[in-house]
Formats: sequence, C-alpha cells, structure tokens
Amino acid sequence: MWFSSAVFSSCISLKFSSKDNEEDGGLVVCLAIPGKIIELDKKKQNATVDYGSGTKRKANVSLVQVKLGDYVLVHAGFAIQVLDEKEAQETLALFREMLSLQDGDR
Amino acid sequence: MFSLRDKHLADEIVSRIAQERVHLRFMHVCGTHQDTLVKHGLDTLLQRCGVVIGQGPGCPVCVTTPREIEEAIVLASKGRTIASFGDMIRVPGVRSSLQLMKTEGCDVRTVYSIEDAVSLAEKQPEKEVVFMAVGFETTSPTTASVLLQNPPLNFSVLCCHRVIPPALQAILEMGEIKIDGFIEPGHVSTIIGVHPYEFISEQYHVPQVIAGFEPLDLLMAVWMLVQQIQQGKSIVENEYTRAVKPQGNQKAQEILSQVFEPEDMKWRGFPMIPQSGLRLRKKYEAYDARKKYEDDLRSVEKEVFSEPTGCLCGEVLRGLISSRHCPLFGHECTPQNPIGPCMVSSEGSCQIEYLYTKK
Repeated sequence: MWFSSAVFSSCISLKFSSKDNEEDGGLVVCLAIPGKIIELDKKKQNATVDYGSGTKRKANVSLVQVKLGDYVLVHAGFAIQVLDEKEAQETLALFREMLSLQDGDR
Repeated sequence: MFSLRDKHLADEIVSRIAQERVHLRFMHVCGTHQDTLVKHGLDTLLQRCGVVIGQGPGCPVCVTTPREIEEAIVLASKGRTIASFGDMIRVPGVRSSLQLMKTEGCDVRTVYSIEDAVSLAEKQPEKEVVFMAVGFETTSPTTASVLLQNPPLNFSVLCCHRVIPPALQAILEMGEIKIDGFIEPGHVSTIIGVHPYEFISEQYHVPQVIAGFEPLDLLMAVWMLVQQIQQGKSIVENEYTRAVKPQGNQKAQEILSQVFEPEDMKWRGFPMIPQSGLRLRKKYEAYDARKKYEDDLRSVEKEVFSEPTGCLCGEVLRGLISSRHCPLFGHECTPQNPIGPCMVSSEGSCQIEYLYTKK
C-alpha cells in the first residue's frame, strides 16, 4: 500500500480521524480520498475500496472505468477518478527535473 | 521510500521562491488546500517569501445562500425528511438551522453520500425525502448518477450545486482585489480537466496551476505560478498529474450535461454570478424539490435575506480579508457557536484558522 499510505497519507488522516465523522457523516465536500479497489461487482457499478489501516468501504464506481487493484479517488461514496500510479511515482522526479531545468536556464 | 513529504525538496522550493523577491497575492478555491496551507504553516512561510495566499469562494457549504438554507428549513417544517452533509446541517439560517429543526422534532438526517438519502426513501416509502445537494463539480456527478438510475419518486433534490470557473471570473470582474495567480482545486479538476480554466488566463492574463493536496504539491504550485509571472506567461498548468487528466473525467461530464443545465446563481457574499449554478433539466423535474414543493416554497421566494449581523463571511469568501480580521472571529464566533458558515464548515477558512492556530 505504498501508494495510498505514503503518497496520500494526509488525506486519509484528514477524512477518517476528523472529529465527528461517524456520528455526523462529516464529509469534507471537495475532498476525495484515495483507496484501492479490492472487490468489484459484475456490472462494475459497486466496489469495495481499501483505504489502508483496515478501513474498507463500499463505493459506487459508475463514474469511472476500473478494474480490480486500481487506485481511485473516492468522494461522497463515488469513485471520481482513477489515479495514475506511474504519474504518482514520477511526481517527485518531475519536480526535481523542473527545479534543475531552472538551474540550467540561469 | 517514495513520499510527497520530502523535506529537503520542500526547503529547496521555498528557497527558490524566496530568491525571486516577489510581492504576490494568489487565491485558491478549496477548503482542502486551505487545510494543508494552515496545518503545515505554509501560509506563514510563504508570506515571508512575499507570497500571500488566500481562500476565495472555495467552500460549497459556505457559499450556499441563506435563501437555500431557508428552503430546506421550510421543507423540514412541512414534514419532509431533509438529508444532507453534516456541515450543511449546522449552518445557521436566518431564523433557525437544520440542526435546530432536528432538535425540535423535524426529520433531518446527516448522510455521507446521496446514495444514503436514496436508501432512506426506499426504506420509508411513506416519507418524502429531500436531499439538499451542495457541492462543486466534484460532487454534482454523484447527484447526476443517482438521478439517472430512476430513484423512487418520494425522493427529490434541492439542487444547490455550483461550478467553479464562473466564480473565478466573477472575482476578477469585481476587481475588489488584485490576484496574481490562481491555485486551482485538484478534485474539481479531476472532473472538469484543464480546459475550462483557460479562458481566464486568456481574457484576464492570470496564471493558473491545478494543484494536489500534499504540502509539496502546493509549494510546487506556488513556484510554478511565480515562474509564470517572472517569464511573463499566463497559462493553465497542471501540477496534479497523478489525478487530473487534461480532458478530465469525460464520463462524469457526459452525465452532468444529461441531468443538469447551467443557470445564473447567487453565491453567499457575491451578487448573481452568470451561469455559475446547476439546475435539473426538465426531464428530471419529478425529482426537483423546487418544482415538487413549489407551493411550500413560495414564501421563501418572496423573502429578502441578509447576512448575520457583523458576520464577514462574504468578505472572507471574496478574499478581501482573512478570517482573523473579522471582529467576531474567536470571540462571538467559534466552531462551538458559529455565526457564519465559514466557521461551521471544515472547509471554511475561519474554522481551519481556528482549529490550527486558535487565537
């Protein structure tokens, strides 16, 4: 789970430890949480998403095209986008490249 | 191990920004961005580097108007079941709040998803369930998706969905504040993609960067904006490539346009913003609470609404002042006893400021 646990750790803690989440449904309206699809129904409408640390929840996946093992961003019970694992891994390298390219420019 | 919490890289970006010796003001429109900025002290750090970042109208609960809250309250008082997200239920209206209505015996439910509200309607066919649908482009596809699946007819939607790009334009058109760049909301952008922001850079020559929610994402976005400015550019760049595709989520966009059409809409603290709201298309009229309960809502239609006395949420949402500069902040207005929505919502800049920095 390096992908969600390391890259998106703050998002998860934000959502699932938020003060009165369970009692209150305390949804942060523009926040989406990354998780991994571990079960998918035949119609590809609903999935079980693992957010790490033992938190699993059903999500509607009708807005995205997914397969088992994909990482998705889930917002208000719906997966809204599939995360690009390669892009995520390359994010830091890209940042470094952009910074050093700037060096080269000077 | 791969991590977006690389301190060395963060230091490097910050020192690069500092070296540019700029005096700039950026705006973002997302409660989660504000949370990252304040929680990690990036707002103060960047201020020392000459970059002031404020939250604009980027909190769906906060920009929902007193009129829309009153509509929900009236429907609750007439015996309908009102379901919405937790923050929305706590926002004070002109006379009451949904939370108070609940204590007075009205049926007000907090839900995590619109699907929970549909389940309520399915389980209780004798009840009329109204889902108060707030949220930007991140949330509106979930409403559209549910309406396309023919929910029961005792379910309806009080549509309060809004779209982000027209609000950015409104801020620039109003001209109350100079904005040198926009940090665009990552999760709204997963749906709409990069292109809907482009007219802003073209017409108003304001640089924009779509950003993710880790501290490094935001630092990088600031640095990218500073670079654009130094190079005299104004384009839309995407820092959050791991989630935002240039074309966005086209499936979601398709169902949005099937179910909704744009309409002029008022935002809290703003005048009417052209084409900034979504209303249900005629085909889905049977699920439109404003049509279904037109008679009940007539009194609200005629009423003139004002903001709570002394509350400066409007100024906060237009980016004119920071939460701290509101005289009510932390005195009369606290998360326990909020006067305005920016102190109620976990995406509101007042609550975020209060939680992380107290007084």
